Amino acid sequence: MQTAIIIPAILNGVLMGAVYALVALGLTLIYGVLHIINFAHGALLTAALFAVYFCFRTLGIDPYVAVLGLAPLFFLLGYALQRFVIGPAAHGEDSNILLVTLGIAVVIENALLYVFRADTRTIDVPYGFSVIEFGGTFLSVPRVVGFFAAFAVAGLLWAILALTDTGKAIRAVAKEKRGAELSGIDVAHIYAMTFGLGTACLAVAACLLMPSYYVNPHVGNAFVLVAFTIVVLGGMGSVPGALIGGLFAGVVESLCGFYLGESLGQIGIFLMFILVLLFRPTGLLGARA
Amino acid sequence: MTEPLLGVHNVSKRFGGLLAVSEASLSVESGRITGLIGPNGAGKTTLFAIISGFLSPSDGRVVYRGRDITALPPHRLAREGIARTFQVVQPFAGLTVRENIAVGAHLHIAGRRAALAAAERTGEEVGLGSVLDRPAGGLTVAGRKRLELARALATRPSLLLLDEVLAGLTPSEIRDIVPVIRAIRDRGVTILMIEHVMQAVMSLSDHVFVLSEGRIIAEGKPAAIASDPKVIEAYLGHGAAQRYAGGAAHAH
Amino acid sequence: MKAPGYLSVVAVVAALALVPFVTSSNVILNFLVIALLIALVGQGWNVLGGYGGQYSFGHAAFFGTGAYTTAVLQVQYGINAWPGFAIGIAAGALVGAVIGFLSFRSGLKGSYFALVTLAFAEVLRIVASVAPITGAGVGTLIRLDVRFEAFQFQSRAIFYWIILALVALSLVIVRMIENSRFGARLVAVRENEDAARALGVDVMATKLGAMTISAAITAAGGCFYAQYYLFLDAGIAYGPWISVEALLAPIIGGVGTIYGPLLGALVVKTLGEAAKHVTGTAPGLDLIIYGAVLVLVVGFAPRGVAGLLERLWPRRSRAPARAEEGKSRD
Repeated sequence: MQTAIIIPAILNGVLMGAVYALVALGLTLIYGVLHIINFAHGALLTAALFAVYFCFRTLGIDPYVAVLGLAPLFFLLGYALQRFVIGPAAHGEDSNILLVTLGIAVVIENALLYVFRADTRTIDVPYGFSVIEFGGTFLSVPRVVGFFAAFAVAGLLWAILALTDTGKAIRAVAKEKRGAELSGIDVAHIYAMTFGLGTACLAVAACLLMPSYYVNPHVGNAFVLVAFTIVVLGGMGSVPGALIGGLFAGVVESLCGFYLGESLGQIGIFLMFILVLLFRPTGLLGARA
Repeated sequence: MTEPLLGVHNVSKRFGGLLAVSEASLSVESGRITGLIGPNGAGKTTLFAIISGFLSPSDGRVVYRGRDITALPPHRLAREGIARTFQVVQPFAGLTVRENIAVGAHLHIAGRRAALAAAERTGEEVGLGSVLDRPAGGLTVAGRKRLELARALATRPSLLLLDEVLAGLTPSEIRDIVPVIRAIRDRGVTILMIEHVMQAVMSLSDHVFVLSEGRIIAEGKPAAIASDPKVIEAYLGHGAAQRYAGGAAHAH
Repeated sequence: MKAPGYLSVVAVVAALALVPFVTSSNVILNFLVIALLIALVGQGWNVLGGYGGQYSFGHAAFFGTGAYTTAVLQVQYGINAWPGFAIGIAAGALVGAVIGFLSFRSGLKGSYFALVTLAFAEVLRIVASVAPITGAGVGTLIRLDVRFEAFQFQSRAIFYWIILALVALSLVIVRMIENSRFGARLVAVRENEDAARALGVDVMATKLGAMTISAAITAAGGCFYAQYYLFLDAGIAYGPWISVEALLAPIIGGVGTIYGPLLGALVVKTLGEAAKHVTGTAPGLDLIIYGAVLVLVVGFAPRGVAGLLERLWPRRSRAPARAEEGKSRD
C-alpha cells in the first residue's frame, strides 16, 4: 500500500529533478570552466521565467516556441555579463566574483520586482493541465516534456563541447588556462562564451518550466541553492554529475515533501547540501573538476 | 651518547600508488646545521612536510626531544619549539614586514606592543631593519626569504626547519644570507635545512643526509658526501661517478 | 597613549550621540536607527569576513536567532526582554560556534564557506516558517508594552541611543581585537593560513573565535530589531536580505576596517532613501542601487568608501606612527 503512494512521489520528483538538472547544468558548466560560483544564476533564471511570461502574455508566443528566441537572447546576455561586468570587476579574485555575481543577482531580482511587482504569475497554456498515465500514475505533460528536453539539452551541450571548435577551446581553457592562453585562445572570449552557454541553459529551463510552474521576483532563490546542491553533489563541473544529481535532488525534495509536508520539501535538499559539503565536498560521484 | 634533538624513524609516504618517501630515517643533533639534500623529485618536500606536521606519514615516526610528535599539527609543533620556512614564500602580503614578524613573536608574547617591539629586533637581526614598515607584498625575493627566516625566528624555536631558503637567490644574495643562517646556529638554534642547490649547503652544514628516490642513500660530513659515488650518481645519473672519477684521474 | 585608537571611537560616538539634541524629527531618527542597526549587523560580518577573510552569505542565521530568541522568550515564556536580549545574543553566538565548528572542521573556505552558511540560514528560515513556536507563517508579535522594564520606549531617541550604545560597544570590541594577539592571528589567517599555522596559530580556534564574536554582534542587531519593530516572521528574521545587508555595509564602507560598516551603512541607507524620494515608494529600487554599488565598489574601489576618503584626504597612516613608537623606545 505504501509503495502505491510513494511511486508517484518518486516519479514526480524525477520529473522536477530533470528541470533542476537543467538549471544545474548551466551552473556546473560555468564552474567547470571559469572556476567561479555564479550567484546570479537564480536571478537569471527568474529573468528567463519572466521573459517566457512576457512572450506568452504580451506577444502570444507559446513557451516551446519562445525557446528559439530566448535561448540565443540569454546567451548574449550571459556573454555580455561575463565579458563586460563580471570579468572586469572581479580582477580574477574568488571573493570578488562571489560579491559581483551577488550584486548582479540583487540588481536583476529587484529590477524584476520593480517592473513586475511581487505578485506570483502563471500562464495558461492549453496543455498546462494535461496528464498522461504512466505506471498507474498521472504525470503532468509539461513536466514529462521537460524531463526529455533536459536530456536533449544535456546531449546538445555535450555535442557542443565535444565537436565544435569553440567547445574544444572551452575544454582546453577549463583544463589548462595558461596553456590555452599561450596557444592563442582568447580566454576572456571563451569565458564569456561559457557563461553565455550556461545562461542559455537557463532560458531553455525557463521555457520548459513555465507551463507547469509560476514566477515571481524571488522564485530563483529556491532554485539557486538547489542548483548549488546538485552541482556539489554531482561533483563541481561534471555534466553527467549534474544530471544525476538533479534527478536525485528532485526525488529527495519530493519524498521530504511527502513525509514532512509541502513546505518542508526543500529542507531535505538543503540538509543534504550541508551534509555533502561538510563530509564529502568532492561530491558523491568523484573528484572535483 | 646524547639523544638527537630530532629523529625521523623509517618514515614512508604513499600517494595512491606512488611511494614518495620510503623508510627514510635521519637524525638532527642539537646545536648543528644538518643538511638534507637530493635531486629534484627525491621526496625532500614530502619528507619536510611530514617533519613539519603539514602531512602525516603512511608509516614511521618523528621523534622530538624523545617525544613522538608524528601526529601533531603544525601549530602545536611551533609551540614545542619547531619552526619552519616555506620554499615558496608565504608572506602575509597585506601586512607590513613588522606585522608579519609579530605574528611569530605572538607565540610567546601576548601583548601587541611587546610583540611588535620583538618583531623589530628580529627583523633587524636578519637585515630587514630598513623595510620594517613596508608592506610585505612589495619585498624582493631575497627580502621575502629573509622575512620567512625572521618570522620563524620570532617564535623562538629550538629547531628551525629551512625549506630551500637559498633557492631562487643570486650567488651574491646567497653570500649575504649564509652568515645570517650561521649566526642563528651560533645562538643555539638547531637547523635542518633542505636544499636542492648543493654548494652552499655543503659549506653551511655540519652533517648531511642525501635523499634520492624517496630513500636516504648516504649521510656524513659534507666533504665525504661530496665525493660519495652514490651521491654523484643520484645527482648526475647512472655511470656519472665513474666518468667523474675518470675525469678527475685524468686531471691529475 | 596607552590604548591606541580609542579616541576616535569616543569622538565618533559622542558626535552621533548629540543628534537627538539637534533634531527631534522621527523620520531622521528612524533613518539613523536603521542605519546604525545595519552598521551593527555589518560590524558582526566584518569581524569574520573583513578581519578573518571568511565571507559568510548567511549572517541571517545569527540575526534571526537573536531576534527570535528575544521575541519567543517574551511571547511564549513570559521572560523579560532585558534578559531575553542577553540570551538572544548568547543563542546567536552559539549558533555561530556550531556552524563555524562544522564548516571549519571540514576545511570549507571561500565559495564553499559562503554556500554552506547560506544553506544553514535557509534551513533555519524554512524551519522558522513552519515551526509553531515561531508562529509559523503568521509570525511573532511582541505585545505592545511601552515601559522601560519591557525594553519598549515611546521616544525614538531612546532607541537611537540604545542602538548607538550597541554600535559603540561593537567598535570598542573591534578596536580591542585590532590591538590584540587574537586580532593579529586572525588577520594572519586571512592573509595566509599555512604560514599562520607554521607560526603557531591554531587556525581552527582563531576562526571559531571570530565566528562566535561575529555571530554575537550580529545577533545583538537581531535582538534590537525584535524590540524596535515588535514583529518577526521567517522571511524577516532569517531572510536573505539581512545576509546581504550584513556584507554590503562593510564591503561598501571598507572591508576589514573599524569604521567600514558604519560608513557603508550610512552611505547605503542614504542612497536608498534618496532613491525613494526620487521615485516614490516603488519596491526594489533601493536594492537595485545597492546591488549596482556593490559591483562598482568591488570593481573600482576595493577598499570601499574608507579607502576613497583616505585617497581624498591622505592622513598619517598607522604604520609610521608605529615606527615613531619604536624610536621612542630606544
